[in-house]
Amino acid sequence: MNKHMENKILNKTSTLEGISRVDGRLKVTGKAKYSAEYSVKGITYGVLVPGTITKGSIKTLDIKKAEGAPGVLSVITYLNAPKVPGYQTDKPQAKGMLKIFYDEQIYFNGQPIALVIADSFERALFAASLVTATYNVEPHQTDLIKNRSNGFTPRKDYSRGEDDAYKNAPVKVEQEYFIPTEVHNPMELHAIIARWDADDKLTVFDKTQGIKATQKNIAQAFKLPPDNVQVTSPFVGGAFGAALRTWPHEIAAVLAAKVVKRPVKLVLSRADMFTSVGYRPLTWQKIGLGATADGKFVGITHEAAGQTSVYEDFTENSVNISQLMYASPNVTTRYKLVSLNVNTPTPMRGPGEATGAFALESAIDELSYALNMDPIELRLKNYADTDPLSGKPYSSKFLNDAYKLGADRIGWSNRNQKPGSVIEKGWLVGYGMGAGMFGAYRGSATVLARMMADGTLLLQTAVTDIGPGTGTAMVSIASDIMEIPAGKIKFDLGDSSLPPSPTQGGSSITSTVGSAVNDACKELQAKFQELNGTTESGKMDYVQILKKHNLQQLEVTTTSHGGPEQNKYAMYSWSVHFMKVLVHPATGVVKVDKAVSVADCGTIISNKTASSQIKGGTIMGTGMALMEEAVIDHRYGRLINNNFADYHVPVQADIPQVEALFVNKPDPYINPIGAKGMGEIATIGVAAAIANAVYNATGKRVRDLPITPDKLI
Amino acid sequence: MENKNAHSKPESELEEKDNSRRNFLKQSAFITAVALTPAPAVKAAAMHLDEKIAEAFEKVPVKLEVNGVMHNLSVEPRATLLDILREQIDLTGTKKGCDHGQCGACTVHVDGHRVNSCLTLGVMASGKKITTIEGLAKGEELHPMQEAFLKHDGFQCGYCTPGQIMSAVACIREGHANSETEIREYMSGNICRCGAYPNIVNAIQEVKSGGQIV
Ligand code: FES
Ligand code: FES
Repeated sequence: MNKHMENKILNKTSTLEGISRVDGRLKVTGKAKYSAEYSVKGITYGVLVPGTITKGSIKTLDIKKAEGAPGVLSVITYLNAPKVPGYQTDKPQAKGMLKIFYDEQIYFNGQPIALVIADSFERALFAASLVTATYNVEPHQTDLIKNRSNGFTPRKDYSRGEDDAYKNAPVKVEQEYFIPTEVHNPMELHAIIARWDADDKLTVFDKTQGIKATQKNIAQAFKLPPDNVQVTSPFVGGAFGAALRTWPHEIAAVLAAKVVKRPVKLVLSRADMFTSVGYRPLTWQKIGLGATADGKFVGITHEAAGQTSVYEDFTENSVNISQLMYASPNVTTRYKLVSLNVNTPTPMRGPGEATGAFALESAIDELSYALNMDPIELRLKNYADTDPLSGKPYSSKFLNDAYKLGADRIGWSNRNQKPGSVIEKGWLVGYGMGAGMFGAYRGSATVLARMMADGTLLLQTAVTDIGPGTGTAMVSIASDIMEIPAGKIKFDLGDSSLPPSPTQGGSSITSTVGSAVNDACKELQAKFQELNGTTESGKMDYVQILKKHNLQQLEVTTTSHGGPEQNKYAMYSWSVHFMKVLVHPATGVVKVDKAVSVADCGTIISNKTASSQIKGGTIMGTGMALMEEAVIDHRYGRLINNNFADYHVPVQADIPQVEALFVNKPDPYINPIGAKGMGEIATIGVAAAIANAVYNATGKRVRDLPITPDKLI
Repeated sequence: MENKNAHSKPESELEEKDNSRRNFLKQSAFITAVALTPAPAVKAAAMHLDEKIAEAFEKVPVKLEVNGVMHNLSVEPRATLLDILREQIDLTGTKKGCDHGQCGACTVHVDGHRVNSCLTLGVMASGKKITTIEGLAKGEELHPMQEAFLKHDGFQCGYCTPGQIMSAVACIREGHANSETEIREYMSGNICRCGAYPNIVNAIQEVKSGGQIV
């Protein structure tokens, strides 16, 4: 453990209440600008036209009426689109990101067949309705369950110990679990403004989780030097994984701006959001879990089959959690993909681990009833003290503390082991829990730190903030080290001209960029010490020192990344969720009455934003458990609920007071700040906790999400 | 899926009507041009004057008082208040989350009542007083609800926030903020995908119990 961590972070409980968001004022006054909100001279508006078949090819396209409609500047289709240079160099047969307006092939329902550009949004929207097409229709497949036998194995099956050892255990559970397609649906619609500043120079205001990745991807597609692509995205209205990639609509907007020689704004409709920017894939799972009569795991077998598109193989870690979570001598996992006529999935908060944890944590609950043992006791009995996959020691793990914190807070002692036995005011009452884990990462980031003559500290790096409060956490770290108030620190982000930072995803930004801020601030301090001829660390009068040396500013640019510890230790963040639910015996309505989520993710840097992030993840998991389900009518291969009236996400009335608790013990090895990620673990395990609570309340085990009332009556 | 092509019949009828009206307008513009000497006629065509005249007929005048500022606008009758605010008068604080009245991101006050501006045509708001998130603070001094959202961290990404705040203010004014349960019910038209719900309730309760004038 380094000195800084001992001195500063561990003693920072006084500031644990945490500062308010550094960009909060802009957000509550409506001044924060999201991608579609830049005022750009000569702007034009794009509207996509979705195809209406699920598999086949375009026979004819009629764009005449649209072209003749008022205000229309262009209607772009595969027939007239200029070639995207990056599309041409690929191996034509290779699988990959959908190439928009590339040829006549249709791979899924809703695939864009045209982009209408007009001088106003209303005119573009109307003209888009005038585009018609005929198709050569081929039979499609969109049903995973029907096509499960056609799955292929994208990764080697995993086995430790004996294959399928659970089968010979004295007590066992063998069940199938199912999660439907879930769509990220951030509140901000995906949007891009693309403007060519010269033949080889481009500016995009774009909704993205990865500034540098977007810069690189667009540069590659249009064969430009990356520095010629300016990406601006300081505010992102939620993403949850949906803006991890550079999607076809982004390429389309850049292409269109080239065609009409004016800036193009393309905002996806909510319906487009269901078919354009990924989703959590519908997944079938089966768990075989065997234990001795006193609850020691004998073996876990976890199988899964997830859906993907025909043009891309999207894999995720649905079964991996069973290799990692508990000390079981025998583990077998098998993972299959089924290619269907659907668009490609993409990681959604807690990605595959959330899918896998639903099955594993439900099965463990089932086993606890078979053994008549408390579910926490059963988990503690199989607690892993070293990483079961690699055999390495953990960098830190205090999940047992988290169990205790959460159990106390929810009132676990009120739980009755016998399902369906507690009624309060006419509602069945149940308690449940579910745990989660996710790899803790640290990548590489570069931060510029500049102290100005007026005592303001400027920090710059090209990271984004999709909502967790990255800027706030970074300012907290800098304020602690430099010993200057947060109000004196400015954090610039979301701009590709700033020093590089990785994509915001996989719960890695606080660890990665936070460490770079830590290192940059320390380096800057050292520079001040050198200038001042002092050796003792601690508070310095930066303004005076600059003045004394006649300097306007002093700055450092520091690149920071992990060291050999990353290979020596197994690094994970952990969580456990406790739920108290009420189920109405006559209507089957489920109400979450109380939710407590506990995270063991190292040091908490910014208490206020961290607890919001955990609560938000719990609420997203509640949606997964109780309401979210994108439904395809397989006769037509088309989604039937691609809007917020029919695809239900949690609203105020669905959500009780949610409590977020932290173990708040530093990880001594992952990085100098002791903090690990929390974005994913906030959601992983929630759905099982609710399903388990519903079982405790009713004695009904729902293994296919969402747990809608019809499944309980 | 909102399938633009699936409704080919009604839309083609619509489009027929639209085109004939346009053609009529264009012809009358053409007549005007013919009355001129040939050279200006060519020039008029080059400048797309027919298009401009047609456009003038397609638009209607609208007077909107937004945050105390009067805007005399010429808008298409089909333009929503939301798009007019965002695209024409550059008040982008009001957000678009669905464009279908299903999410509340576009909530503004029209004559003091909360409405979904995506479900309100600009022409319907003519002559009315509109307040958007940009009009809530008094200069540098934030509205109590804005302060409470900051204090209770009633948001993360901030995209639903203007709509939540406008709704929250209205919720108190309507007398629908008397309990946690009542607040939850009357704030359920505003989706927050980041899940700031508990913090939003806390913020509203604080403002309500603080007794400040909202
Ligand atoms: S944008 Fe108006 S309710 Fe969603
Ligand atoms: S703060 Fe992101 S949607 Fe509410």
